[in-house]
Amino acid sequence: MEPKVLTGEHFINGDIACAEGAIAAGCTFFGAYPITPATEVAERMSERLPDVCGIFIQMEDEIAAMTSILGAAWTGVKTMTATSGPGFSLMMETVGLAVVTETPCVVVNVQRGGPSTGLPTMGAQADMMQAKWGSHGDYEIIAIAPSSPQEMFDLTIEAFNLSEKYRVPVFIMSDEVVGHMSEKVLIPEAKEIKTVARIKPKGRKDQFKPYQPGENGVPPMPAIGDGYNVHVTGLTHDEQGYPVMSVDTQKDMMNRLLSKIRDNLDDIIRTEEYLLDDADIVIVSYGVSARTAFTAVDMARQMGIRVGLLRLITVWPFPEEMIRDLSKRVKGFVTVEINMGQISREVQRCAGANAPSYLVGHAGGTVITPDEVIHLIKEAF
Amino acid sequence: MAKAKANQKVHPLEELIRTERLPHIWCSGCGVGTVFSACLAAIQETGIDHKKFSMVSGIGCSGRGAGYVKLDSFHTTHGRSIPFATGIKMANPSLNVIVFSGDGDLFAIGGNHFIHAARRNMDITVICINNFIYGMTGGQVAATTPHMDRSATTPYGNPEMPFNLPLMAYASGATYVARWTMIHSRDLTDSFVEAINHRGFSFIEVLSPCPINYGRRNKIKSLDMLKLFADNTIIKNNADPAELDIDFKKGVVLGKFVDIDKPTPDENYEKVCMMR
Ligand SMILES: Cc1ncc(C[n+]2csc(CCOP(=O)(O)OP(=O)(O)O)c2C)c(N)n1
Ligand code: SF4
Ligand SMILES: [Mg+2]
Repeated sequence: MEPKVLTGEHFINGDIACAEGAIAAGCTFFGAYPITPATEVAERMSERLPDVCGIFIQMEDEIAAMTSILGAAWTGVKTMTATSGPGFSLMMETVGLAVVTETPCVVVNVQRGGPSTGLPTMGAQADMMQAKWGSHGDYEIIAIAPSSPQEMFDLTIEAFNLSEKYRVPVFIMSDEVVGHMSEKVLIPEAKEIKTVARIKPKGRKDQFKPYQPGENGVPPMPAIGDGYNVHVTGLTHDEQGYPVMSVDTQKDMMNRLLSKIRDNLDDIIRTEEYLLDDADIVIVSYGVSARTAFTAVDMARQMGIRVGLLRLITVWPFPEEMIRDLSKRVKGFVTVEINMGQISREVQRCAGANAPSYLVGHAGGTVITPDEVIHLIKEAF
Repeated sequence: MAKAKANQKVHPLEELIRTERLPHIWCSGCGVGTVFSACLAAIQETGIDHKKFSMVSGIGCSGRGAGYVKLDSFHTTHGRSIPFATGIKMANPSLNVIVFSGDGDLFAIGGNHFIHAARRNMDITVICINNFIYGMTGGQVAATTPHMDRSATTPYGNPEMPFNLPLMAYASGATYVARWTMIHSRDLTDSFVEAINHRGFSFIEVLSPCPINYGRRNKIKSLDMLKLFADNTIIKNNADPAELDIDFKKGVVLGKFVDIDKPTPDENYEKVCMMR
C-alpha cells in the first residue's frame, strides 16, 4: 500500500503524473473508458485508488463515464475522468449537465489528432475550441494546459481546487506528447500541497435553497444524505433548483453561471511570461507547443529580434485583457499550436486592429519546431 | 409520517412529495402518477430513513418523477439515469438508489447502460414505466411499441418488433425481475419494497397507459386500456422470461420472474482491493 502523496523525485510520464496529482488532490472516484493516449491515467488510477479507499470503475462508454462522475460527485467526493478526442466528443452532452447543475468534476483530455479516429497514437491540440463550445448552449468552463509531466501533477491539483471553488467542470487539456513523455517530477510533502474542500451549506435545512449564490457567486453544495432533499435538474431552474420555463429564470440562471467565472478572472487565469517586457513580437502558446515557443524566443533573441512569450496556463477563460493590453504596444502576435487555427483566432479577436496575429500550426501528428516559428517571424515582420 | 393537525387531512405520502411543485405535469388518465405513488408508498413501507434514499430520472414524462419526490433527487439527461445512479451507489454504497424513468429513456437511448448495470449486478432499483411510446415528445415509436401499432413516426404501423424487457434484464444478469401494470397497485408496491430491499440489480417493468400519445392513435380509450390490464393479464410468478412477449390478445404475463442472491460490485470491489 502506497501513501496518498508519493513525496519524492520520480521519473514518470505525464499521464501517471496526472493520476498522482488527482490522488494528492483528494480524488476518490474515477470513472473512465479506455482510449489512447489517455489510458495510462485510468490504469494508474485503478492501481492507486484502493490506497486511498477510493473507487475506480470502468464504464461501458464515455457517456457513462462522464455521467458516473457527476453522480459520485453529489455524494460529496472529488471525481475525475480521462479521455481523448472521440471520448471527449461523447462526453459533451453531460458536460452541459455538469455546468448547469454546478457539479464539480475534472475531465482530462489527452489530445490526439482528429477529426474522428484520426491519429490515435499521435499528438495534437485541436480540441481547444471543443473544450469551450462542445456542449450546446452558452456557458463558461475552466480549461488548463500543462506543458510537462511536472505540470500534469501540479495543474491536476489546481484543476480540482478550481472545480471545487467554482463548482464547474475543469478540463485538463493535455496532449499525447506531454501525456507520454517521461521527465523528472517532484512531488512535495503532503502538508505542502494546498487542496480546496467543498463548501457545505449551513443553517436551516428546510429553508435551504441549493442554487442561492454564496461567496464568489457560488452556492454551497450539500451531499446526498445530508438531509437537504435537494432537487437537481438539467432544466432551467430557480434558486430552489426547481424547473421554471421562463425567460427571466433563464436569464438569471445564465447570468450567474457566466458571472461566477467572468467576475473572478483574476483568481482563475494563470499565465507565464518570458522576456515579454521589451518584446516587439509576442508568441502566444500553451501545452506542449509552449516548449517549442521557449526555444524559438531564445533563437530569435540571438538574432537580435525582440520576441517574448505569453504562455497560457489557463486557456479558458481566455486572458482577453492581457492580449488587448499587449496589442497596444507590440508589432504583432504569433500563436503556436498544433491545430489549423483555434486559439490564434481568439488572439486575433482580442488584438483587433491594434496588431496583426499569425498562426504557426499544422494538422497534428507531431510537434512544431522552433525553426518553423522563426521562419514565420522573419517572413511576417 | 407527518402528524396531522386535528381535523386537518394530510395525504399519507405528503412528507415524500414536494407539494409546492404541484400540480404535476402528467395528463389526466396517465399512469405515471399511480406508479409514482406506489413507489413512494414502498419507500415508506421499507421503514428506511429517507435520507438514505436517492431518486434518479432521465428525460420523459416518467422521468419527471425525480422532480416531485422530496428526497435528494436528480433529473439527468436522456438515457443516462443508470450511469448517474451507478456513480452514486459506488461512491456511497449505504444509499438506496432508485431509478425512475421511461421505456424510451431506459431501453432506446439508454439501453447499453441498462444491460451493463444488470451485468454488474449494480445494487440499484430500476423502475421502468412502459407506456409503449415516447410520451413526452408527442408519441413517436419506441423500442417497446408493439408490432404494427401506430405512432407519430409509424403512421402506417410499426414495422419493427418490440423488446421483451424482463427477458433482456434476466439475460443481462439482473437478480430481481418483475412485471406489473399500474392498476395492480398493491402488487406493485410490494414488488417495489422487495426490490428496494433486494441486494443487487432489481428491475420492475410497469405497464402504464399513455392515453394522449399512445391510446389515441391506436384507438384504445383510457378505460379500455385499464380493462386490458385487468382482464388480459395472467399472474404467473417464476414464468420463463423467454415467454414474456407482450400480446394482449394472448394475455400478458405478470409477476416476479427472477429473485436470486449474488454479490454486488461495491462488495466485490472492496474484496478485490483487500486482496492486493
Ligand atoms: C439526447 C436527447 N435526445 C432526444 C431528446 C428528446 N426526448 C425527450 S423525452 C424523449 C422520449 C421519452 O420517452 P420515454 O422514456 O418512454 O418517456 P415517456 O415520456 O414515455 O414517459 C425524447 C426522445 C432529449 N431530451 N435528449
Ligand atoms: S403524454 Fe402520455 S405519458 Fe406523458 S403525461 Fe400525458 S399521458 Fe402521461
Ligand atoms: Mg414511454
